[in-house]
Amino acid sequence: MFLRCLSTLVLLLLGALGAAAKDAKPVVNHCLECHAAFDGKLGDPARQFPDDIHATRGLTCADCHGGNPSQEDAEKAMDRKQGFRGVPKRSEIPQLCARCHSDGAFMRAYNPSLRTDQLTQYGTSVHGKRLRAGDTRVAVCSDCHSPHSIRPASSPLSTVHAPQIPMTCGRCHADPMRMKPYGIPTNQLDDYRGSVHYQTLTGGDLSAPTCATCHGNHGAAPPGVASIERVCGTCHVFQEQLFDQSPHKAPWQAAKIAACLTCHGNHRVEHTGDALLGTGGESLCLRCHAKDDAGGKTAQRIYADLTGLDSNLGDAAAVLDRAERAGMEVGEARLTLSNGREKLIKARVDVHTMIPARVEQNTEEGRKLALQAQQAGQQALAEYAYRRKGLALSLIAIAFVVGTLWLLIRSIERRPPAGEEVTRP
Amino acid sequence: MPRLSQQLREWFQARFGTGTLDWLTHKQVPRHHHTVWYYLGGMTLFLFIVQVVTGILLLLYYRPSPGEAFESVQFIMTKVQFGWLVRGIHAWSANLLIFTAMLHMFSTFLLKAYRKPRELTWMTGCVLFFLFLGFGFSGYLLPWNTLAFFATKVGTQMMAAVPVIGNWLLTFFRGGEDVTGATLTRFFGFHVAIFPALTTAVVGAHLFLVQFFGMSVPPSIERTYSNKPVPSYSFLPSFMLRDLIGWYLALGVLAALAALFPWELGVKADPFAPTPAGIRPEWYFLFLFQTLKLIPGRVLWIEGEQFGVLVFGLAATLWVLIPFLDRNPTGRVGKLITGIGAFAIVYILAMSLWAWRS
Repeated sequence: MFLRCLSTLVLLLLGALGAAAKDAKPVVNHCLECHAAFDGKLGDPARQFPDDIHATRGLTCADCHGGNPSQEDAEKAMDRKQGFRGVPKRSEIPQLCARCHSDGAFMRAYNPSLRTDQLTQYGTSVHGKRLRAGDTRVAVCSDCHSPHSIRPASSPLSTVHAPQIPMTCGRCHADPMRMKPYGIPTNQLDDYRGSVHYQTLTGGDLSAPTCATCHGNHGAAPPGVASIERVCGTCHVFQEQLFDQSPHKAPWQAAKIAACLTCHGNHRVEHTGDALLGTGGESLCLRCHAKDDAGGKTAQRIYADLTGLDSNLGDAAAVLDRAERAGMEVGEARLTLSNGREKLIKARVDVHTMIPARVEQNTEEGRKLALQAQQAGQQALAEYAYRRKGLALSLIAIAFVVGTLWLLIRSIERRPPAGEEVTRP
Repeated sequence: MPRLSQQLREWFQARFGTGTLDWLTHKQVPRHHHTVWYYLGGMTLFLFIVQVVTGILLLLYYRPSPGEAFESVQFIMTKVQFGWLVRGIHAWSANLLIFTAMLHMFSTFLLKAYRKPRELTWMTGCVLFFLFLGFGFSGYLLPWNTLAFFATKVGTQMMAAVPVIGNWLLTFFRGGEDVTGATLTRFFGFHVAIFPALTTAVVGAHLFLVQFFGMSVPPSIERTYSNKPVPSYSFLPSFMLRDLIGWYLALGVLAALAALFPWELGVKADPFAPTPAGIRPEWYFLFLFQTLKLIPGRVLWIEGEQFGVLVFGLAATLWVLIPFLDRNPTGRVGKLITGIGAFAIVYILAMSLWAWRS
């Protein structure tokens, strides 16, 4: 019985394996076998392609280059009459990739969530427009994605994985020779590397902005003066809304002064600080305003508010630290302090309105919270001192009782033993 | 006009006769250079009483639920009058209690006080020690802070290594597969109901046995006074008053610790947060923790953790059964057992120190 069951199972298993083998379509690609024997640019594609996402999805060299990969004979395999395309011209590459990537029905079979408007977007990009105009030096699909080792953007090995994007763009845009004909600067990559965005990106936050976040990827183009605010506003939503309420908005728009980057820069967006306001050495406001004009006075007022609250919060934190080091429980006061810090953050965001009353609303609330936290810390320290005094009194009382007990023992033990005899050493 | 103490004595004697008082006043305690170890039992009892009293006071405000436990302890420490003192004393006393209980147990072992007829005194004492460890383990979770939460997670995980019933034990103590609010409720139940009930009964039995058999005289003292009576003094008042001095001193130490080194509360537990680095159990479990860390993944044919749990389980059982294993304390076996015990003490100290410093 057991043997019969076992043999049935084995037969079923073999049957299933046979069926699976019948369904699998063997991929014959003699291109790789021949090209792997070459060095340099004839051999590299054959070595790179097996790890390419297209190869892993079952596509072959022929899907882009044409020809017949099942032919072992090179002449027959690369017969132009048979549809062999060879190396596509740079100007043809976007259309070549778009044959599949712009075909929604085709792409759905591989990755239903992948967009299929890359070619349309590319057509709106500076690269696309120049290519159409006959400039074949501009970037095409294979320049950014690599021709034969394309990986999904989520792969750290991909040239378009978020931390790789600055280098990918920088390969051309940081090359003075390449950029010379276009007369555009090549310091973007260096500037970006000094930015808070790059620090965040390399700190592990892959959602931090890269070149493509602000310029677009397939539709890459520099944002115009009018749209800079909207571009930054996709992430910095509140700042954008608040800037719309500021007195800078209308005159800057009229004078075609770009919002955001006028104060923060474009590629090198650095950490901000209260010192950028006011009338000190680092002040940005003094670039346009004088110390004693209305703008200068507003800047000074806002600066004083922010630094005042920051200092109050610092004082409160120092008191709470001391109380905590003494072992006192100040968790609630810490919460109050963190609410105060939140008010400071809000006030710093409100700076984009450049309306002192708006900033003061939050700094005032923050100051109250800082004061509360500081008072709680001082109370905790006073309580600690009180406890020490109480402890001293208690220890004196305990010492007194212990002394009295000791004297009592001595007096009892000096008495002659009553009743039964107590043996002594 | 007779003195008040005399009036009280007469009132008591009129109802209960003179037997009890006579027994207490005539009870003698041996007096020799090891007498100091006798006070550790009383000290442990005092600290247990402190635990009961402060525990009851904490119960007035403590709330055993994940949403309220941390906040209620915070409230006790910051808003309740002398709540900080009560919680501080409860936490410090718990540690001192285990420390004195350990000293008491090891001194009893080294002085061979478990010899016939005190086998049951030793065994009830061991059970009490394990109950105190249970109190410590269950009480540690109750403030529901990060450290306690993850230490309990690691600690209860060890239960799974117990052969056959490990998974059942884990689920039973956690109230599910993970440490959750159900675990807190269970630990609270153990801490304030089951362990106190058991401890009260075992403490009663232990005290009765101590009084019934009296204090054991160590073999070395017995040899010194081979045919002569060992010097002694009265239990009441001489020993009892000295005990009282010790209790007062312990109270002073507790007050100083609670006032100068308040027991910190930490940060509220977040079950979804990753386990923070450096999670360690309380100092009295450190030697276990360090040993389990050192045991390789597989020993013979069983898993390392399971092997460790089995070895410690066996060691604890042998420890309780020592009076029956050491039938001739002055003979070779007796000396060997003392040597093994001394090694165990050194091992516990060394492992605890290692774990504490690493």
